[in-house]
Amino acid sequence: MIIPLDLILLFFLVLIAIAAISVRDLLAAIILLGAYSFVIATVYVEMHSVDVGFTEAAVGAGAITAFMIAALARTKREASD
Amino acid sequence: MNGKKGKIWEENVIIETITRLMVPFIQIYALYVMVGTEGAGGGFQGGVVFAASIVLFTVTFGISKGRKRLPESWNAALNSLGLYLYAGVGLLCIVLSLGAAQYLNYAALPLSQIMSPAHTRALMISDVVEVGIGLTVMSIFASIFFDLAWKGEGKKNKDKNKGDKEVQE
Repeated sequence: MIIPLDLILLFFLVLIAIAAISVRDLLAAIILLGAYSFVIATVYVEMHSVDVGFTEAAVGAGAITAFMIAALARTKREASD
Repeated sequence: MNGKKGKIWEENVIIETITRLMVPFIQIYALYVMVGTEGAGGGFQGGVVFAASIVLFTVTFGISKGRKRLPESWNAALNSLGLYLYAGVGLLCIVLSLGAAQYLNYAALPLSQIMSPAHTRALMISDVVEVGIGLTVMSIFASIFFDLAWKGEGKKNKDKNKGDKEVQE
């Protein structure tokens, strides 16, 4: 566990999370959530928890992104309010 | 790109070739995650990776072709088969030992007269049970994706995609 690398990754994590909830385009928000999952999977692996990181990368960045894009195809692409 | 809208999604040679190349390797990797290593665990992750290969195939070739590869009847059969593998091996221990062993006590299986009881437990946990979990997770994830992406007819789906391309341009 390397503290500076952790801090850099967690900084990017907060940055991506704030971007994901403040962006207007819903497709961009979904892709940002995929990036969030990838970064937090890297954090898990870097903290020597390979199993959790692999699950997060497979489910969060792979399956959930595809599901959300498939769900987005049924609605409008822009946020309404 | 090539001017004709809708054609971009239908026949892109690069994407189709890369998908045809990648899908078998993704599936072999999923099987490796499921049963490849000695220890227990990995059934859920392997099933998710397997479902991701089906999602990739469906995204590339369209929902009707993807449904042809994994029909709905197969989906129902596979997710029950996984559950029956997991629970059935556990019940088999009770049945074959005439009630002497507990549920999921794999050492009571007659296989343990060939191998040692520890080896029987390891084989059952890391192969049979993992394959059961993986089959169920794979078919459920693929079913969720198909239900989300299905729009009644395949033709309507193509029209929707064409509309998306027009929005982007």
